[in-house]
Amino acid sequence: MKKLIAMLLALVMVLGLAACGGSTAPAATEAPAAPATEAAPATEAAAPATEGRVYYLNFKPEADGTMQELAKLYTETTGIPVKVVTAASGTYSDTLTAEMGKSEAPTIFNIGNKSGLNDWDDYALDLTGTAIAGEQTTDEFNLYNDAGELKAIGNCFESYGIIVNKALLEKAGHSVDEITNFETLKAVADDIHANAATLGFDAFSAPGLDGSSSWRFSGHLANMPLFYEFRDDGITEQPATIKGTYMDNFRNIWDLYITDTAADAKTLMSGTGDESKAQFTEGKAAFYQNGTWEFASLNEAGLTDICMIPIYCGVAGEEKAGLCSGTENCWAVNSQVSEADQKASLDFLYWLVTDEVAAQKMVDTLGALPFKSAPASSNTFLANGNDLLAKGNYNVSWAFNHTPNVDSWRATVVTALAKYSADPTDANWAEVVSAFVDGWAAEYNTVNG
Amino acid sequence: MAKSNQNVNPVQRPIRKFAPIFILPTFAAFLIGFVWPFIQGIYLSFCKFNTPKDAKWVGVSNYLKVFSDAGFLNAFKNTAAFAVVSIILINVIAFMIAYALTQKIRGANLFRTVFFMPNLIGGVVLGYIWSMIFDGILKRYGTYLTANGTYGFWGLVILVAWQQIGYMMIIYIAGLQSISEDMMEAAKIDGASGAQTLFKVVIPNVMPAITTCTFLTLTNSFKMFDQNMALTGGLPSIMQNGAKVNVTELLALNIYSTYNINKNWHGVAQAKAVVFFILVAVLAIAQQAATRSKEVEQ
Amino acid sequence: MKTKKKKYSKLSRLLSLFFLLLSIVWLMPIFEVLMNSFKENAFVNLNPFALPNSESFVGFANYIKGMTFGNYPFLKSVCYSLFITVVSVFLILLFCSMSAWYIARVNSLLSKSFYYLCLFSMIVPFQMVMFTLTFTADKLNLNTPFTIPIVYLGFGAGLAIFMFLGFVKGLPLEIEEAAAIDGCGPLRTFFMVVLPMLKPTLISVGILELMWVWNDYLLPYLVLDRTKYMTIPIHVQYLKGSYGSVDLGATMAVIMLSIIPIILVYMFCQKHIIKGVAAGAVKG
Repeated sequence: MKKLIAMLLALVMVLGLAACGGSTAPAATEAPAAPATEAAPATEAAAPATEGRVYYLNFKPEADGTMQELAKLYTETTGIPVKVVTAASGTYSDTLTAEMGKSEAPTIFNIGNKSGLNDWDDYALDLTGTAIAGEQTTDEFNLYNDAGELKAIGNCFESYGIIVNKALLEKAGHSVDEITNFETLKAVADDIHANAATLGFDAFSAPGLDGSSSWRFSGHLANMPLFYEFRDDGITEQPATIKGTYMDNFRNIWDLYITDTAADAKTLMSGTGDESKAQFTEGKAAFYQNGTWEFASLNEAGLTDICMIPIYCGVAGEEKAGLCSGTENCWAVNSQVSEADQKASLDFLYWLVTDEVAAQKMVDTLGALPFKSAPASSNTFLANGNDLLAKGNYNVSWAFNHTPNVDSWRATVVTALAKYSADPTDANWAEVVSAFVDGWAAEYNTVNG
Repeated sequence: MAKSNQNVNPVQRPIRKFAPIFILPTFAAFLIGFVWPFIQGIYLSFCKFNTPKDAKWVGVSNYLKVFSDAGFLNAFKNTAAFAVVSIILINVIAFMIAYALTQKIRGANLFRTVFFMPNLIGGVVLGYIWSMIFDGILKRYGTYLTANGTYGFWGLVILVAWQQIGYMMIIYIAGLQSISEDMMEAAKIDGASGAQTLFKVVIPNVMPAITTCTFLTLTNSFKMFDQNMALTGGLPSIMQNGAKVNVTELLALNIYSTYNINKNWHGVAQAKAVVFFILVAVLAIAQQAATRSKEVEQ
Repeated sequence: MKTKKKKYSKLSRLLSLFFLLLSIVWLMPIFEVLMNSFKENAFVNLNPFALPNSESFVGFANYIKGMTFGNYPFLKSVCYSLFITVVSVFLILLFCSMSAWYIARVNSLLSKSFYYLCLFSMIVPFQMVMFTLTFTADKLNLNTPFTIPIVYLGFGAGLAIFMFLGFVKGLPLEIEEAAAIDGCGPLRTFFMVVLPMLKPTLISVGILELMWVWNDYLLPYLVLDRTKYMTIPIHVQYLKGSYGSVDLGATMAVIMLSIIPIILVYMFCQKHIIKGVAAGAVKG
């Protein structure tokens, strides 16, 4: 009987509140806005009295230690409080969304690419003419909005390519200089793979597609077809659709990765980044696709005779290719915080790239800094990249920065790649192409819908 | 409840004055933690917003997007299928175990303890334990958990069965123990067979427990989030008729991931949440109706 | 049936054996975690079902690593989890039992509407309020472990009040009337007379809320200032974050550490837990 009454009451309540919700909704249009407007002037009024605060929402987990240290140092020298917070790996956009909604929002945050800028344009201060913008050596890595305002400053850049264990290559009777395009890369790799049993190592380290490794392919390797297509079509903005002109080239290099390796193509999906790296550091693979950020740890693992070469995939003229250089690290200053906070934030950024101690630490952690007073890096891979550019080779820029809804797009590509790798048929490759091309359009509509 | 209060009693009058102490703390927290977010949630489902500060009224356009979203429809289908399978599996097994354990069995208490234990472990942790196990098993066959939707779906079913069978078993045991000895004796004297006793005496008498468990598993399946997120995270994601779909995503996870696409989707995610709420509420009301009809029958 | 106490039938022995085997299978996943928590990461990846051997065994290295993983000490998460759970459950038990008694004894518009709202809140899934709750919690500074129990009190009030009310309505009024005639005020009547009688329900509700708060992931993840505070479920999720490499050995060690306290509590209060669950489910 009790339950009967309870049920009736529940029913009445639902109907009642549903009706209630319906009728209050339009009326509430003004209500939620009221507390918000109250809160905003309060912070703004309070802020000018103080010196301004700096809240740096850090994008790179591996730079957390350095940034914390520099924040402390800055506070010690200037007395201005700097809070550095690092989002857990893979959760930056979640964290940024959450933090931006808070009253003590970040004053400096990271924008990774143009589509990120589209999301956060309203929150990014125009940095044109600021002191830090004046310190830049190039605007190649900056992000500009549709109105041409400088909204985010590329603060470091990185390169990736194929890391080569030169000693192993020599053991197999080859040299890096032989490799100048896809044919020569394939010839060397096929030869090593054919003799893997006698050599004791294989050509490529495992192209694992576990979350800890798949970004090397769905992100970095996928850049190859994107870059060449965008170069042909003169695309500099995020396109709504892509054509997949160079997908056969993508297939070339991917086939090479999954063929000339000791890894079982069927189990790639569970292959981790650690496994792949271990194969390279233990001398079981001669090639390992990754970036400049790996230099220090490879050195520590005892690999000194290493270098980085461009990724070749059989595109005409690729002999003149350089490494893939670019950045997802662009500083933006929150335009919604008080002016004092904005100024304090700009001062902090300026200090990071001009102060001798700070700039050195930044270079040690982040690689190359495109700022006038930043010291040069001791990273061999970066030097390889510079040598190529000095020879007049073209930079393979990070076309993947245009990817809409990037994590989601990549997940679909990974699924298709894994299926193809387990069973490399044309039909399965068609699914990779679909994930690439149709997926792009779908994600673009999602993000802009 | 109205009845019990109709007679004015000497206790009621003085308590009234103490309302601030007795009811205010809970009521205030309830307003903050439930009532206001709920009302604001309904309002924001009709808005485009990043934070409530910049909400702009857009009418029903969010709802239109909800029902044309392939991911949401797929998640709804998944959730429904998952609910049906897990209701049957969990309840049948839990009932069988409970029935067996209420017979004279050595170690029945120990078994009960063991079967209930997984229930105490949180969903996120469960997800990671089982993803390791499933991947370990599937690796032997050259595949992996997120290779296709089938593995992920049945993986989640197994995980949830492992977690919830013990819980439902406890409720069934309580129901079975409440059947009077006399009734069982009477059935025995009448010469009823084991099957006859089960279907004619036991099952009708534990009907309230069956209803409770069915709806608990039903609402649990509909609200499933942690396990879904930790086990497969909705993967694999594939292109289906030009739309992207996370094959193993359930409703709750779909709402969450929609919100995280970008700020254009905050309103849509909130609208999905409202639709989701209505679904769950209808199920809860159906439960009350079913319970009532069973009680009337007796 | 009850007459032959010592004798077990053949069928029942077979069933015992069957359940013994099933129990072992049931516990396998936990053995799995325990076993892998002592193996080096690479070996966990290679074959999670192999027992640790001299090559793969790493002693407590995974535990030490797990405790300090990711720039955030695991113990800190444990402390926050403990604090949040204990305070939230305490607040819910205290204030909701008080409210339930008030609602049962006072026939007013306030108590009626509160009761309806509580019933209503029980059918609202968390997804309905999660985004907006985050905004409210931030604005009111409820985003720390010290204030989040207020959110739990608010969101957990529905079920707790409903369960308490079911019990309070069954209490004989005479005792309270006698106390009132003896000159007890409502506060004394509640704490000296009513609360002791509520003990079984307090335990049931306490256990249900305890299991909920301790294992809850999404509410603290969304509400807490996650750049400063983590609870155990958030910490486990954090370790598995999608980019970068995952140390499965250390993750298993952390999972083990998070399960051990639950199992200990379960072993000591098993009866109460099972009773509480049964009572809660039948009422709910």
